[in-house]
Amino acid sequence: MIELDRISRGFQVGDQLVQALREVSLAINAGEFVSIMGPSGSGKSTLLNLLGLLDRPNSGIYRLDGADVTGLDDAAAATVRREKIGFVFQFFHLVPRLTAAGNVALPLLLAGMAPSERKAKVARLLADVGLSARAEHLPSQLSGGQLQRIAIARAMSMNPALLLADEPTGNLDRATGREVLALLEDLNRRGTTLILVTHDQEIGARAKRHIAMEDGRVVGDTHPSPAGGGEMP
Amino acid sequence: MTLADTVSLAWGSLAHQPRRTLLIALAMSIGVGAVVVLTALGEGSRRYVLEQFASLGTHLLIVLPGRAETTGASPGVLSGQTTRDLTLADADAVTRLRGVARAAPLNVGVAQVSRGGLSREAVLLGSTADMLEIRHMRLGQGRYLPAGPSDQATPVCVLGESIRAELFGAGNALGEWVRIGDRRFRVIGILATQGQQMGFNTDETVAIPVAAAQQLFNTESLFRILVEARSRAAVPAVKESVLALLKARHDGEADVTVITQDAVLATFDRILTALTLAVAGIAAISLGVAGVLIMNVMLVSVAQRRSEIGLLKALGAPAASVRRLFLAEAGLIAVLGAVGGLILGLAASFVLGRLYPALPIAPPLWAMAAAVATALVAALLFAWLPARRAAKLDAALALARR
Ligand SMILES: Nc1ncnc2c1ncn2[C@@H]1O[C@H](COP(=O)(O)OP(=O)(O)O)[C@@H](O)[C@H]1O
Ligand SMILES: [Mg+2]
Repeated sequence: MIELDRISRGFQVGDQLVQALREVSLAINAGEFVSIMGPSGSGKSTLLNLLGLLDRPNSGIYRLDGADVTGLDDAAAATVRREKIGFVFQFFHLVPRLTAAGNVALPLLLAGMAPSERKAKVARLLADVGLSARAEHLPSQLSGGQLQRIAIARAMSMNPALLLADEPTGNLDRATGREVLALLEDLNRRGTTLILVTHDQEIGARAKRHIAMEDGRVVGDTHPSPAGGGEMP
Repeated sequence: MTLADTVSLAWGSLAHQPRRTLLIALAMSIGVGAVVVLTALGEGSRRYVLEQFASLGTHLLIVLPGRAETTGASPGVLSGQTTRDLTLADADAVTRLRGVARAAPLNVGVAQVSRGGLSREAVLLGSTADMLEIRHMRLGQGRYLPAGPSDQATPVCVLGESIRAELFGAGNALGEWVRIGDRRFRVIGILATQGQQMGFNTDETVAIPVAAAQQLFNTESLFRILVEARSRAAVPAVKESVLALLKARHDGEADVTVITQDAVLATFDRILTALTLAVAGIAAISLGVAGVLIMNVMLVSVAQRRSEIGLLKALGAPAASVRRLFLAEAGLIAVLGAVGGLILGLAASFVLGRLYPALPIAPPLWAMAAAVATALVAALLFAWLPARRAAKLDAALALARR
């Protein structure tokens, strides 16, 4: 589903060019559960942003579901994000003035879904993450684990084929982190492609495929279980 | 994203910061309110002046000697020839024209009016009986000037109320004699007090027969002929026939000017409308100031809500949707401000109307519509830059919390 061909991304910081990604080539199949690990600053977030079309490479080609999405304009990229990609962040990024239900409804609202249809869908999504009782709570009234589950419900509201999670457990204690991971694994089992950036060895080990990054390069790509589909390019 | 959802999302963010929202809306309200009140005042004065003029009679035409307009022959040609004076005979001829209800000759001068040891200067109006009706004056006591041939210099006079009070005090004036210049006149009437009217304070005038005035001032010519047409519609036709008549009487020389009340009215109307517009424009500047305030506050808001904007983009909002969201916030504030401003302006107009009952104060509809439209346009215009900044925000950067 994902094909990266010699993707490079550099940032101009003052008069210095920081190379965040150096000719990364990668193929990920639909339904995979991939973890990306590596030291801080190795380019994991940059890679995830590129995969989520929030950023553009300086060079290289990105194909998503067979279509070249490297040079899409803003509106087209937004449509792809809306329809195919879900995001989960380390800092949850819930809108503080909206209730749990309001936050989950945001992608549906952006997609122009009618309010009545939206309501039923949001109720189902909240039930899926076990937070039906918290629908009318504001983010400030919820715990970290609950916030991340709401963020996951929001990410799944448009049934995206690809779920990108950047250190989703980074701000949670170990036990809560495991719960959240279980939820993500469950989504993966139901067919969503899951790409997970993490620092946590234990959590990373749960993935079926492990990509290691260092200094903007992929330095390791292992498939401990034969079920994985990706090949080293 | 549907318009309803955009508006409700924008409203949510405004409602989340009620004090900030109300402050900007208040600034907008003051601007809109100022436009409403000031145009109400301007429009009120315009109507007041027009009503004052109308009270003098909209059927009125004023004939004066000489040509004020320089259409046709050049003024040099005119001044080289002897401009014929207006005469009593001219006035009598005008009176007999079709469409003329009445006409009165007028001579004006200043003379010393005395009685016994008391004396004062007064404006002397030489005219005929019809003057009373034409100028819509009211009699307090006695009669006005006698009807009859205009060339009869009957020694009678009608005093303005102030003149009577000064010369006679509490005593009886009717039937008494006063001295005007070197002649004696019998008081046959007193005008009711009515104050200023078209430049004259009638309370300070003394009316005598026009022929007597001509003898006093030693002149054959008239200052004006005042003509009242039978109807407002007849005014243009009467103007034409007066001009034609006097041209014929003056050996084919078109040497008089006829001013109609309509023309004077139209001039005042133009001046006062321009004044109202100018005042409204000045008030509208405060809307620009409110717009700058909106821009400032929204720039801060965009900076504060970077991660929210980044999130919306990550969730699939294109730049255009983000821009619309911020423009909707500005638009909502403007609507809030416009409604507040209309209420403010109408309330202030009402209070002013109570304070100055003589002025017909009512904010014109066009001004209210223009104020609301200006508020909206100013808000959207000044919100454009912040909205654009939000739309262009780098989502990856905004979400990174660096
Ligand atoms: N927007 C940016 N501007 C400048 N430098 C950036 C930017 N984003 C990432 N970088 C740099 O690129 C490198 C990779 O960053 P990142 O992908 O965030 O690493 P990781 O997520 O693996 O910690 C780092 O050196 C970082 O400082
Ligand atoms: Mg990172």
